[in-house]
Amino acid sequence: MARKLPAKDVAIIGLGWTGSIMAYELADAGLEVIAIERGPWRNTPTDFPPNFAPDELRYRIRHELFLRPEQTTFTFRNKMDQTALPIRTWGAFMPPNGVGGGGVHWNAETWRFLPSDFVLRTHLTQRYGAGFLPEDMTIQDWGVTYDEIEPYYDRFEYLCGTSGQAGNIKGKIIDGGNPFEGPRSRPYPTPPQDQPFSHTLFAKAARDLGYKPFPQPSGNLSRPYQNPLGVRLGPCTFCGFCEWFGCGNYSKASPQTTILPALLRKPTFSARDNSEVTRINLDGTGKRATGVTFVDAEGNEWEQPADLVILSAYTIFNVQLLLLSGIGKPYDPVANAGVIGRNFSHQTISSVDSFFEPGKFIFNPFIASGAIGMCIDEFNGDNFDHGPHGFVGGAYMGQVQTNGRPIETTPVPPGTPRWGAAWKKAVKENYLSALKPGTGVHGSMYSYRDVYMDLDPTYKDRFGRPLARITMDFHDNEIKQNAFLTDKFAEIFQAMGAKQVVKHYRKGPYDVTQYQTTHLCGGAIMGTDRNTSAINRYLQCWDVPNLFVTGASGFPQNAGYNPTGTLAALAFWAANAIRTHYLKNPGQLINA
Amino acid sequence: MIHRRKFLLSTAIWLAGTSLTRATVIRNDMPWDPFPSSAPQMERPGPWQFFTADEARTMEAIVDRIIPPDPETPGGKDAGCAVFIDRQLKGPYGSSEGLYMLGPFIKGTKEQGPQSSLTPAELYRKGLAALDTYCKVNRGGKAFADLSTDEQDDVLKQIEAGKIKFDEVDAEGFFSALLQNVPEGFFSDPIHGGNRDMAGWKMIGFPGIRYDYRDWVNRHNERYPYPPVGIGGRSDWTPRKG
Ligand SMILES: Cc1cc2nc3c(=O)[nH]c(=O)nc-3n(C[C@H](O)[C@H](O)[C@H](O)COP(=O)(O)OP(=O)(O)OC[C@H]3O[C@@H](n4cnc5c(N)ncnc54)[C@H](O)[C@@H]3O)c2cc1C
Ligand code: SF4
Repeated sequence: MARKLPAKDVAIIGLGWTGSIMAYELADAGLEVIAIERGPWRNTPTDFPPNFAPDELRYRIRHELFLRPEQTTFTFRNKMDQTALPIRTWGAFMPPNGVGGGGVHWNAETWRFLPSDFVLRTHLTQRYGAGFLPEDMTIQDWGVTYDEIEPYYDRFEYLCGTSGQAGNIKGKIIDGGNPFEGPRSRPYPTPPQDQPFSHTLFAKAARDLGYKPFPQPSGNLSRPYQNPLGVRLGPCTFCGFCEWFGCGNYSKASPQTTILPALLRKPTFSARDNSEVTRINLDGTGKRATGVTFVDAEGNEWEQPADLVILSAYTIFNVQLLLLSGIGKPYDPVANAGVIGRNFSHQTISSVDSFFEPGKFIFNPFIASGAIGMCIDEFNGDNFDHGPHGFVGGAYMGQVQTNGRPIETTPVPPGTPRWGAAWKKAVKENYLSALKPGTGVHGSMYSYRDVYMDLDPTYKDRFGRPLARITMDFHDNEIKQNAFLTDKFAEIFQAMGAKQVVKHYRKGPYDVTQYQTTHLCGGAIMGTDRNTSAINRYLQCWDVPNLFVTGASGFPQNAGYNPTGTLAALAFWAANAIRTHYLKNPGQLINA
Repeated sequence: MIHRRKFLLSTAIWLAGTSLTRATVIRNDMPWDPFPSSAPQMERPGPWQFFTADEARTMEAIVDRIIPPDPETPGGKDAGCAVFIDRQLKGPYGSSEGLYMLGPFIKGTKEQGPQSSLTPAELYRKGLAALDTYCKVNRGGKAFADLSTDEQDDVLKQIEAGKIKFDEVDAEGFFSALLQNVPEGFFSDPIHGGNRDMAGWKMIGFPGIRYDYRDWVNRHNERYPYPPVGIGGRSDWTPRKG
């Protein structure tokens, strides 16, 4: 039997980005908070000091900081009539594990979504008519607006010290920033990062073509910064080992470098590491969470009672825990009914490799940071007229190359043999003069009726419980979108003077071995109707009002941006609702 | 929900296979520890740890075909690629540690990813044996390592093209593993046993783990002048074999 621990006011599942934000906000309100984290405690000097953090084989290729699939994985299939098989080693996405969650090894590309992204169905229907959207596309409005969460975007950016150039302050468009962004209340806390050669060359070519390039908003700081919690970050040194790696310089915004030192000073906060929550417990009515059960690394089972439960375990683990705990009605794609698992999505990424005259162009690709880059936003969201093109959605695109690490980033021109003397020669000739911006076209993926999560009938985890199953494929809309965007992107590299530009379109079927991003979204989405959403606009579970679910699992579809700015803003927004409304009157915040 | 005995059993198995540390409770202060708790092990030159002498001879021949020597840069053999793979196969990578290895093992679509129950260690063991068997039967009784380099290239090309099949093991799968692991050995940090003298890094102009390029980020279109540095130090400090 599980041993019972003394009750707490709040139990937080997962101490990653949103878990840390919720923990700080609720401990700050005086509540007794415990965070339970599946992976180990991680810190700069112990786990990623600069003398061994930059190890490409260990961290990028062998995935050391990530969850071991042996502990939990997912099964995958493209279509509902296939048998799903287990993801035995990670590929298309990389599930985080350990204190700090994805914040430890993210790039820190810190974006806001467009105002129209939050009212997507309404916006697109008004502009193009309902008939323009594919019939099986299940996009929805979010139930919150950009204006409502703008103050919380601002909170997150000032927490992180984000380096960037504003493009729109309170409606005034500013040269050099992103003119398409929603109005922000003030400038970024720190100026944009300096840009290496290829990134500036991209910006120049884009400007010549009539676009308005701007620096990518970056959580790799351009200068030292002290945040409002009193935590300090140092300047980024462009080490080129950022995405997949911890930062040895305290330069990358993460829970470790922005929140945890202040959180640990709160007397009402404690955390447990190496402890995996196995279910959220409900009382006899099924409408109230009584706490969580977890298993620690020694195999001991514990019960942690709590009045309020925050599920912040990352998209797919949020959905998995809801399914395994029997909370909310599982989604049934045939009946198009139920909510848990519905509107699951990922991203539509593509890129180009380009080859320049060796000797004439020396790019030094190893000088880079995780969120470096010059981007354009002309083709994102609904920033352009989709009418003639017959698809919806878009992408930011840019020269966002983050590294020249040689196992991963040694592109060779097409037609080069894969090995032998000719391969070796091509690698040598092109290394300094070729460009490979991994996620150059950062496209949206909208939601569909047959893209969802549920429980697998066959495969089990180490406890003998069913693995969660992912059914996902690209739809024509995204394939068309990507072909259009990749062509536009390639034109810019051509204009930079490349002698050869090789387009790598994203084509179906969705391949679980090909890394895109770790921006999985949906499965427990927010909304205004409890029949089509799992949580309300305050991230509160419709069925179990003392449970809040944070993270991108709440996104009804994905936009053409990275998600963390938005999911962090929503966490602050939810924390505010809990502090100002829920605590005074615990219960459903929306009368629906 | 979880059946207790089954649960205990599965947990014990799971723990035996991982290096998880103990669960701890953290409160009041950052659990500060000034020194690395996850420092890497340095792979040193020395006897083979996974390969038999025969296997090692074949491997050294293979890595020198995948990355042949040229007048400026050593090939796979002198760069230590076979040593690198030897150490990798002896370690957690070789035994698929941490991967999901529960059945049933069913062949799926390419998009569903690898579904083999074979570990990399088993794949190399079988692949190397099958390669020598193939050569002895079809190439005048010689082992792979005893063929001329042209003949070796020819055998590898035919495997790559799917024209040579092995009975014991998927020949193309074995070749894919080589195409993944040999460049890893050429380009990873020398502490892993390959990239000896930072040969791979010097060849392309990668400065390794210098970590701070603030002085250089605004120096556009200029060649970076400094030699590479690795986790174990500078190339001239790297221990040499023999
Ligand atoms: C390589 C990489 C690069 C990325 N780059 C960017 C980027 O540049 N920009 C961007 O916006 N986003 C980026 N992301 C995504 C970003 O990391 C996530 O959006 C963000 O971390 C999500 O926050 P979260 O709080 O939802 O989850 P996380 O930060 O992932 O935290 C979830 C935590 O919950 C824990 N957990 C899970 N299950 C359990 C359980 N059962 N019991 C206890 N604990 C549990 C996990 O171990 C983890 O620590 C990147 C991700 C990766 C992997
Ligand atoms: S690129 Fe900058 S922020 Fe990223 S790990 Fe290196 S020093 Fe840190």
